[in-house]
Amino acid sequence: MFSRSLYRLRNLSRHNGRSFYNSSSYFKHSALITAFQPLLHNKPYATTTQHAASTSSLNQTELAKFAAIAESWWDAEGPFKPLHVMNPTRLAFIRSTLCRHFGKDPFSVRPFEGLKFVDVGCGGGILSEPLARMGASVTGIDAVDKNIKIARLHADLDPVASSIEYQCTTAENLVEEQKKFDAVIALEVIEHVADPAEFCKSLSALTVSNGATVISTINRSMRAYATAIVAAEYILHWLPKGTHEWSSFLTPEELVMTLQRASISVEEMAGFAYNPLTGQWSLSDDVGVNFIAFGIKNSE
Amino acid sequence: MSRLITTKRLASNIFTFKQASRTFCNDASTKLNNVPFETQFNKEDEGVTNDVPQHDIAIVGGGMVGMALACSLASMPLTKHLSIAIIDSNPALTNMPSIKKDDPPDPRVSTVTPATISLFKGIGAWEFVEQHRHAYFDKMQVWDYTGFGFTRYNARDADKDVLGCVVENKVLHKSLLSCLQKKDLKKTIYPARLSSMSLPTRSSVSNGSSKSLANLAKLELTDGTNVYAKLVVGSDGNKSRVRELSGIKTTGWNYSQSAVICTVEHPSENSTAWQRFLPAGPIALLPIGNNFSNIVWTMSPKDASNHKIMNQHDFIKAVNHALDSGHGPRPESRILGGDVIPSFFKPNVTSAVNEGFEIPPKVVKVVSERMAFPLSLMHANDYVAKRVVLIGDAAHTVHPLAGQGVNMGYADVAALSNVIGDGVAVGSDIGEVTLLKKYETERKTANIAMMAVLDGFQKAYSVDFGPLNILRAAAFNGANVFAPLKRNIISYASGERSLPFLS
Repeated sequence: MFSRSLYRLRNLSRHNGRSFYNSSSYFKHSALITAFQPLLHNKPYATTTQHAASTSSLNQTELAKFAAIAESWWDAEGPFKPLHVMNPTRLAFIRSTLCRHFGKDPFSVRPFEGLKFVDVGCGGGILSEPLARMGASVTGIDAVDKNIKIARLHADLDPVASSIEYQCTTAENLVEEQKKFDAVIALEVIEHVADPAEFCKSLSALTVSNGATVISTINRSMRAYATAIVAAEYILHWLPKGTHEWSSFLTPEELVMTLQRASISVEEMAGFAYNPLTGQWSLSDDVGVNFIAFGIKNSE
Repeated sequence: MSRLITTKRLASNIFTFKQASRTFCNDASTKLNNVPFETQFNKEDEGVTNDVPQHDIAIVGGGMVGMALACSLASMPLTKHLSIAIIDSNPALTNMPSIKKDDPPDPRVSTVTPATISLFKGIGAWEFVEQHRHAYFDKMQVWDYTGFGFTRYNARDADKDVLGCVVENKVLHKSLLSCLQKKDLKKTIYPARLSSMSLPTRSSVSNGSSKSLANLAKLELTDGTNVYAKLVVGSDGNKSRVRELSGIKTTGWNYSQSAVICTVEHPSENSTAWQRFLPAGPIALLPIGNNFSNIVWTMSPKDASNHKIMNQHDFIKAVNHALDSGHGPRPESRILGGDVIPSFFKPNVTSAVNEGFEIPPKVVKVVSERMAFPLSLMHANDYVAKRVVLIGDAAHTVHPLAGQGVNMGYADVAALSNVIGDGVAVGSDIGEVTLLKKYETERKTANIAMMAVLDGFQKAYSVDFGPLNILRAAAFNGANVFAPLKRNIISYASGERSLPFLS
């Protein structure tokens, strides 16, 4: 089940300077994924300055409103469909790498039982909930309180997911609180932070010695430029212009270096490939656009 | 131009409002956590808490396909923990009927393909089938009444031991029940029928008082019980109530044909599956062990009711007439075969490519009741909806012509249990449409292709028109002499290939 080919570090350089996008469908879907990112995660630009002070208690209308948003957020056939379709692929990577790293039985239903995970930029909880079903004690954090509300509402629908601890906070704050986790997971977040090096240091500080860090992002490749920026922002108008800055994307090499300086050694990397015929995503060794990396925190 | 506010700035904002925001978040979660959970169903063995039965999966219809799904889920490491409800009023599910070896074979039989046999072996049910009557066959002869069309398949052509196995449906069902009894599966059998079903909607989720129930499918049974499940599997046959209640539309037509089935006896043993195409429809003679064979005979509804009530002597005469002596002449076995075909077409000398026509065994006695049922083709437009999935005849009903109907259902079972296992592996909600769509994508293509092939066969033989007869015969003979095509057809019919004629 998890015998998908995983990208090994030594192949990193091979995939640079590849041709433009392969097919228009692939192109469309990558861009679509990108388009939803602001809504899915803690993205500063997606926030208004409206803050918790003005809504210090929940009233029933507010609750109903959030429930409606949560439902469309979680509607697998709704506007977030591409993300729902891609999510199992990200989880397959996490499951296979972390099972191996923590020496867990890959045929176990709840392999992460007893492990503490933090999902940085959890959004509506699309990653946190599956991780909780896989047995992890999950903390989901997001700086956007609307996301946290949506995540909380949805998680309470499932007794297993209701154990997730959602917090309206940032990775930096958790570092200040001296929280530690067996695995720190930040998917599609790093391309939006001002200082990736600092962000990686925070992630590293949250990871226990020999713990795991998983990061996914978009490559600074011509292909990613065409899909994530030109198409999504200028042609299809899925995103406001300026949502993504190509120059702030990281190449796999840069991510590896940045993590290395934060005492995390990247062990495995994989790209995401979309098959327009089956409509399914799979892991591939093409890290040209979207990619995911797994690293281990060096023991001090 | 960038709207990107740096994380640092946001972080400091958050920090400023930290106290307030903390209060808010905590407040919200406390509020929501105050909602009482009626259940914690993963903690419960039978999935029943506070008298509200909750299950991971509710299988509506505990027939052959439904029970195969239960067995398949019970035999996979990632799905065996699931709590399963089986909803069926059939008393056989709870008090197992005994099958006597000496009874004549039941006329309701299935021709299971090698793919189905390997599914049964995988779930541990085939050993039970082997304890009862079953008949493997390694040869199959298909010909038509015109005397031009003839083809003979041998398992050796495709390097196989068998082409299939004929088993009584009651044996398949009982084997699955015995197999399930040995499994350590959290299952509950509800001896009732489904009366209504409500699926979670936006409003029920947002204002339901018991939140964990509001997100599940609710099944109301005829005995008044309510059952909740994350996923409802409709394996309740071609008149599926689950399909109807979930509003899934179907496409299909009646063939204005009926099939007459019964068990017959002949003087010697039979290990070939025979099928002859007649103007009114095909007649098949399938070995079922010892000197018994099963008859599936397609004809007009009027003829079917006549054949059902006519006296045994006349019926036997009619069967032998249909199988051999009546209508046109026997095919000349070497019409196109043999010497004129370049050796290129023949993969090896032992191939049965040039095997001659054989005469089907003569029927001497009818040993079961005769049954007649109307034929139709039906295909569900969707196989899945939120928290609902259809398998087997609930999703597709075919002409029984090549005995493929139940095999399509078992292929659904194999595909669905893999998809559920994959979903469990990555922590998905098993009732989620995105997950279930993988099953639909996989099976719909294969099922439609199979239905088109079977329907095409049926249509090709429903017209008795000279040029068409010759075309059919040419197709038949082409299939008979061209070895790669023949291998292809065999492996398609064995269920090992999802699309016909595409290598």
